[in-house]
Amino acid sequence: MAELTYRNAVLAALAQEMERDERVVLLGEDITSGGVFKTTVGLVDRFGAHRVWDTPISEQAIVGAAMGAAMAGLRPVAEVMFSDFYAVCWDQVVNEIAKTRYMTGGQVTLPLVLRGANGFGSLGFGSQHGQSVENWAMCVPGLKIASPATPVEMVGLLAAAIRDEDPVLVFEHKALYGVKQPAPEGEQFIPLGQARVAREGTDVTLVGLSITVGMCERAAAVLADTGISAEVIDLRTLVPLDAQAVLGSVGKTGRLVVVEENPGQLGWGAAIAALAAEEAFDDLRAPVIRVSGGNVPWPVARELEAVVDVSPERIAWAVQTLMKHAAAPPRQH
Amino acid sequence: MTQATADERRTDGDRDTVLYEQMLFIRRFLEKVDVLYRQGQMHGPAHLGLGQEAIAVGAASVLRPDDYSIGTYRGHAHALARGAPPEAVLAELLGREGGICGGKGGSMHITSVEHGYYGSYAIVGAHLPIAVGLAWASRIKKTGQVTICFFGDGAVNIGAFHEAVNLAALWALPIVFVCENNQYMEYSPISSMIPVERPAASRASAYGLEPLVVDGNDVSAVAELVGAAVDKARDGGGPALIEADTYRLKGHSAADAGAYRPAEEVEQARTQEPLLRQRAALVSAGTDEQDLIRLETRIAIAVSGLADRVLAAPKPDPATVWTDVWADGGSRWRN
Repeated sequence: MAELTYRNAVLAALAQEMERDERVVLLGEDITSGGVFKTTVGLVDRFGAHRVWDTPISEQAIVGAAMGAAMAGLRPVAEVMFSDFYAVCWDQVVNEIAKTRYMTGGQVTLPLVLRGANGFGSLGFGSQHGQSVENWAMCVPGLKIASPATPVEMVGLLAAAIRDEDPVLVFEHKALYGVKQPAPEGEQFIPLGQARVAREGTDVTLVGLSITVGMCERAAAVLADTGISAEVIDLRTLVPLDAQAVLGSVGKTGRLVVVEENPGQLGWGAAIAALAAEEAFDDLRAPVIRVSGGNVPWPVARELEAVVDVSPERIAWAVQTLMKHAAAPPRQH
Repeated sequence: MTQATADERRTDGDRDTVLYEQMLFIRRFLEKVDVLYRQGQMHGPAHLGLGQEAIAVGAASVLRPDDYSIGTYRGHAHALARGAPPEAVLAELLGREGGICGGKGGSMHITSVEHGYYGSYAIVGAHLPIAVGLAWASRIKKTGQVTICFFGDGAVNIGAFHEAVNLAALWALPIVFVCENNQYMEYSPISSMIPVERPAASRASAYGLEPLVVDGNDVSAVAELVGAAVDKARDGGGPALIEADTYRLKGHSAADAGAYRPAEEVEQARTQEPLLRQRAALVSAGTDEQDLIRLETRIAIAVSGLADRVLAAPKPDPATVWTDVWADGGSRWRN
């Protein structure tokens, strides 16, 4: 069976949607050459230069142009090469894209996608190319957020993001680009806002997103050997959030561990933990624990990375602590 | 408003009267807003374009109905000049039902997509990249539409200006950037904030564009130069960057008395403002002054009646605060 990498899943989703809808156009830095992460290889040859546009290093112009084009009836997909670079165009994302539909009383609709490489993943990219920043976007009403965990998930979720009538930020995890899966057949589409049960279990709920879903699955496999049955929920999207999937699972297991690469001081896991505290308190048999990235700017040396990165081992340790009803959760760095 | 050739624009006396009428309506409208602000009728700030009406009206007069324009928080004139209904604009300013943005935008975000005015943006310079996107879409779709992007002199010092003009020039997009140089960046004279002679025109050569300057208080001159730039852009000739000299007759916002400006400078500017000049031009071209007085009276009455009607309108339904975030009309972010 043919295999599909996460990298080629991005390409497959873009091609699928460009084939399906001629309003889908791409812009970004070096994308006609395939892009730094080779996620747009061959699209200019297949669809033409009028649909794939190379830009200067101008993130404000890239993201702003996507917004203007969306207002004018196109469905642009803008590549923001590294999600750290959202910091240089955050005004466009937060003050313009997220708010203009509301500020105009619904006069405009912004069907656009901003996509690019996100995440730490122990690749040595350091502080300015290695952050997980999906939590930045979650602070802002008006943005949808997807972050696929597998190649198959990538095709379906990116397709859904492109077809969505609202702005969607798709965070691709750069440490997953080489991950392979059997290629699915036919058109792919996964609705935004529907979490996935990646593994069923009864003792504890592990909630992950993107790369941490696989980490949770690996931790769950280790825990199974010690007699602990962990359920793994892949949120798929932070907005819309499938809160019921989390609450339903916690209702079954009574324990919750939220696993994110965001710094623990304020990652999306805090919102999930609050959700459980407010709406599932009576179901909880132990405190909610967050396993998060360390609260430092990201280091580069492997030995330093390993201290602050999330890992299956840290997740398993957190669960084992939780199962013993330890009063104090593991301390964040 | 229909498109006219440069020659028609120069010779059409009726058209000159229409331009005067449009500027006068906007002037009276803005003056009324200023009064209402002082009476405490407005919630939030009001940035008035008093004295800058010729740029909005002159530029709008050369556009096709399906062309795009986009502007700043000082954008009331630009919306009205494209045909946005004044009652809905004023209702937005006064927080009444029927506001053109449903009470969610207010004074700084007046928008009338139906009339081609794609919004007023309140982060200085931020809308230039968005305008580039409108023009990019027109180029991809080959619709022949042109985008006019209005911005203030203060915007030339922010990065978005440079990224946007650069990209528009690189992609030869059908867009005309119009800098409304009202001489002040909020409270500071723009001359004290630029290391070059002119905020926009002096930057044009950096993007391979011609430095174009126009007397922004001469509505006919604005229509002529912007019209030529629009025609060229529509014909595939790429973008233009125009600097229109004008003067903000009031402060940065209605709350600002503008006391940092020399009194003699303000007095001088009052003699050069666009309405006086267009009126004098009409009279010297043979327009009967009695006709102008009738026109002026009619507009004064219209604006007064407009304000009375809007003030009497109900306030928005609080439940509407939860609408218009998403394309489905709602604001649900979770289940």
